[in-house]
Amino acid sequence: MANENCIPINSEIDIITARHKGREMAAQLGFSSTELTLIATAISEIARNIVEYARDGEIALSIDQKGDKQGIVVIGCDNGPGIPNIKLAMQDGYSTGKSLGLGLPGAKRLMDEFEIISEVGKGTKITMKKWVQNHVR
Amino acid sequence: MSVPILKQGNYLIASVQSELSDADLLKLQDDLVKRVSDFRSRGVIVDVTVLDVMDSFATRTLRSMAHMIMLRGAETVIVGIQPEVAFSMVQLGLKLEGVSTALDLEEGLALLDHRTKGDNRRG
Repeated sequence: MANENCIPINSEIDIITARHKGREMAAQLGFSSTELTLIATAISEIARNIVEYARDGEIALSIDQKGDKQGIVVIGCDNGPGIPNIKLAMQDGYSTGKSLGLGLPGAKRLMDEFEIISEVGKGTKITMKKWVQNHVR
Repeated sequence: MSVPILKQGNYLIASVQSELSDADLLKLQDDLVKRVSDFRSRGVIVDVTVLDVMDSFATRTLRSMAHMIMLRGAETVIVGIQPEVAFSMVQLGLKLEGVSTALDLEEGLALLDHRTKGDNRRG
């Protein structure tokens, strides 16, 4: 995929780097300032999940095209413990860690598309997309 | 980057200057909770105008901070939450339950004056 941008996530500082890069790329695509904040926040949530549960992983940013629409693709990958029950993890308020349990379901609400694949003992891959809405430009 | 904390009368004003890491946020929490007793402060304002992202961690830390300060006998007001940040917090489902907020520093100070019945004048 063109324009790929990969940020290793190993510590909480990397969360800030990831959301900066995401905001930058999204700004180039022409998202509104509110949408930039939504995207940066969603990136922050999935990056935090990587730091908290898997210790290290990465966030890959790329651009996708659907018809005449352009969008940003954020992929968060780790080789961590995996999520045993995705349905439960996607419920508001459910958390096995110290968070509020709003990270994953929240990130899903902030983006247009959200897909999560996880295998226990192998890792987790989250793919989120948001499309530029032409009328808000 | 750590957040400067200014003392003004009986109030403390923490004015966030740049994006905060988790460690910075936790340090701010510790510093404020400690200084409330050092200075016998009655009110605390945390100005988050510069923050362009408030995720679940930042929100939870600010909420805990306000509750800890309340247990130390002082009031906290969070000021300057940007419109985009407010929008994103609501979408994410984040709430600052039990925490006072105000539009900006001026409104925040007015709110504290009202809550502490103008105690600051004697400070």
